[in-house]
Amino acid sequence: MTTQAEHRMPTAVPPDDPTALLPASEPIRFLNDDGGAAPGDAHGRYQRPPTELLRRAYRAMVVGRRFDAQATALTKQGRLAVYPSSRGQEACEIGAVLALRDTDWLFPTYRDTMALVSRGIDPVEALTLLRGSWHCGYDPIATRTAPQCTPLATHAPHAVGLAYAATRRGEDTVALAVVGDGGTSEGDFHEAMNFAAVFHAPVVFLVQNNGFAISVPLSRQTAAPSLAHKGVGYGVRGERVDGNDPVAVMAVLIDAVESARAGGGPVLVEAHTYRVEPHTNADDDARYRGHDEVEAWKRRDPIARLEAHLRAGGDLTDDDVTAAREAGEAFAADVRTRLAAEPTGDPADLFAHVYAEPTPQLREQARWLAEELDAGEAR
Amino acid sequence: MTLTMGKALNAALRDALREDDSVVVFGEDVGALGGVFRVTDGLTAEFGEQRCFDTPLAESGIVGLAIGMAMNGFRPVVEMQFDAFAYPAFEQLASHVAKMRNRTRGAVGLPMVIRVPYAGGIGGVEHHSDSSEAYYVQTPGLKVVTPATVADAYSLLREAIADPDPVVFMEAKKLYWSKDETALPVRTAPFGTAEVRREGADATLLAYGPTVPVALEAAAAAVDDGGRELEVVDLRTLVPFDDDTVAASVRKTGRCVVVAEAAGFASVSAEIAARVQERCFHSLWAPVLRVTGWDIPYPPPVLERYHLPGVDRVLDTVDRLQWDDAPDPRFLTAGSA
Ligand SMILES: Cc1ncc(C[n+]2csc(CCOP(=O)(O)OP(=O)(O)O)c2C)c(N)n1
Repeated sequence: MTTQAEHRMPTAVPPDDPTALLPASEPIRFLNDDGGAAPGDAHGRYQRPPTELLRRAYRAMVVGRRFDAQATALTKQGRLAVYPSSRGQEACEIGAVLALRDTDWLFPTYRDTMALVSRGIDPVEALTLLRGSWHCGYDPIATRTAPQCTPLATHAPHAVGLAYAATRRGEDTVALAVVGDGGTSEGDFHEAMNFAAVFHAPVVFLVQNNGFAISVPLSRQTAAPSLAHKGVGYGVRGERVDGNDPVAVMAVLIDAVESARAGGGPVLVEAHTYRVEPHTNADDDARYRGHDEVEAWKRRDPIARLEAHLRAGGDLTDDDVTAAREAGEAFAADVRTRLAAEPTGDPADLFAHVYAEPTPQLREQARWLAEELDAGEAR
Repeated sequence: MTLTMGKALNAALRDALREDDSVVVFGEDVGALGGVFRVTDGLTAEFGEQRCFDTPLAESGIVGLAIGMAMNGFRPVVEMQFDAFAYPAFEQLASHVAKMRNRTRGAVGLPMVIRVPYAGGIGGVEHHSDSSEAYYVQTPGLKVVTPATVADAYSLLREAIADPDPVVFMEAKKLYWSKDETALPVRTAPFGTAEVRREGADATLLAYGPTVPVALEAAAAAVDDGGRELEVVDLRTLVPFDDDTVAASVRKTGRCVVVAEAAGFASVSAEIAARVQERCFHSLWAPVLRVTGWDIPYPPPVLERYHLPGVDRVLDTVDRLQWDDAPDPRFLTAGSA
């Protein structure tokens, strides 16, 4: 680790031409809505990711969607306390994971459980929060994945701090913070972007603009030309991408992550996508949006688009598709079996990790509770 | 008419909007959705977007906007979606909302209401069950109100909206679906009045918000349990605090248990116990005891039943009020672990 004295504070250098920070005039696309090649070369600086990576992405998206459907079903059986679906947002969820190295950090929100399982986190551990058995079921250090964040955008400054610390320690770690469109209105999001730029931290902010913050549409959230435009005011390069085009999402995110890693500073990526399910299982989306809108977005399905694209290039066979689906079924079956039982919790856990060492008062309260439970059993 | 607390709150907002043009309702999802608990249901449809509207998702911005609007003739009623999501607004509340009247020597009052759904017992994941009342109560300049009955929900919210000062209006989430026979509009006792919900001669249970039904249930059970008659006092407003009703009850019974859901350390329940001790020392047969949540972050749903003060814990504590002159053994060993 470098010492204070050795370390030179990275200094943000404002670009000569601030328009260099602005996103492309249209969201980056490689594929049109049905998976054919998008017209023109709107993608400028971006490379199509290697076919092998796209094939991996396809499989992960199919498995991820099947997992998401299973988790939604588990809410109906009362096995999960709540589940915010990311169906329709597979390209972003998988793109975020595949753009990162194992040593990079992911800072997810409550909606990004699909990304967690795609990152290899055990699904039961990933679902612990939503199942209600603990606030975070996986080891963030071992998985390089911060606890799923519920208060909006409050994790964005953490990503900046972690990434800044990495540069101080001489690591080439990148932190990717996921935020929703609504979350970009919170003060913490803006403070995070400003800090990231000033400290020249290797952070990628991925905004999944899925159209709504619960019931509130984007038009009530911002008057900016796009969310990616917000970067310029902080000195952060912004880019926007068709969030239902897996090729484009991966191309842009891989570029952003590697540019941050190479010392290019933070990047803000806005992915235009859509939440096809309600906000959570507890939400009534009929109150704020029409069926037709949802159906129209379903026709831009990211999995179907990638499948069509890979098949057209001869890079995906029927067997591959079947294998991906089978992998999804197996994954879902495993989740179902392992979550079949009521979660149980040990009341002693209440006091276990409030501090590294329980205070005398907490020890005492733990004893009182134990006595209470013994007396209850004796009764 | 049988009515839920949620519906009573909705009616209070509706009636206030109807009677006073300066009342405006805003926050996250309060428009088309009607709020995640439907407390603002139908208000945009009836009064239009000028009167009830969705804002960008930013609690500090919401409360800050309310401050400016209140400075210029409006009476904003804002919704913080859940207890823990009001924390981004705490800067505005502590630094500005609470202090504006004082720092301007009375020139600028802020007639505004900050509605905060709070407390647990609904199986919510983290950040959806905090009991944050102590932060507000500890901040002079804020009134803090928490109804426990359907009639109070209506009446106290109307009073909060009419109040010349900022009111943090704390709604116990698990009571939204509680029902009562109530004809609206109804006016109950004003701010600063606690209510004796059940008379009893042997001990006083002091409760507010989510613990009022717990205290009442415990009082009912105590009759069978040991033949004890417990008096239940619902505090209704934490600021202003009704010392008189509380002291009168404790002087009558000579024993007191405070029942609150928040962590006990440095809490509202601690303040109340201290006040009772100060005022009623000579009438007390036992120290004032408290039943509270443990001093821990609010636990996940699977464990919340071990955290929340329930009827059994209240009755056990009542048993420890030195009925046979023996001090509570728990407190003799306190701190020695
Ligand atoms: C600070 C804060 N305020 C309010 C909430 C309540 N809340 C939970 S999700 C949500 C909408 C978030 O929308 P967005 O950021 O677009 O993300 P999405 O849910 O669409 O993925 C709200 C208001 C919260 N979690 N945190």
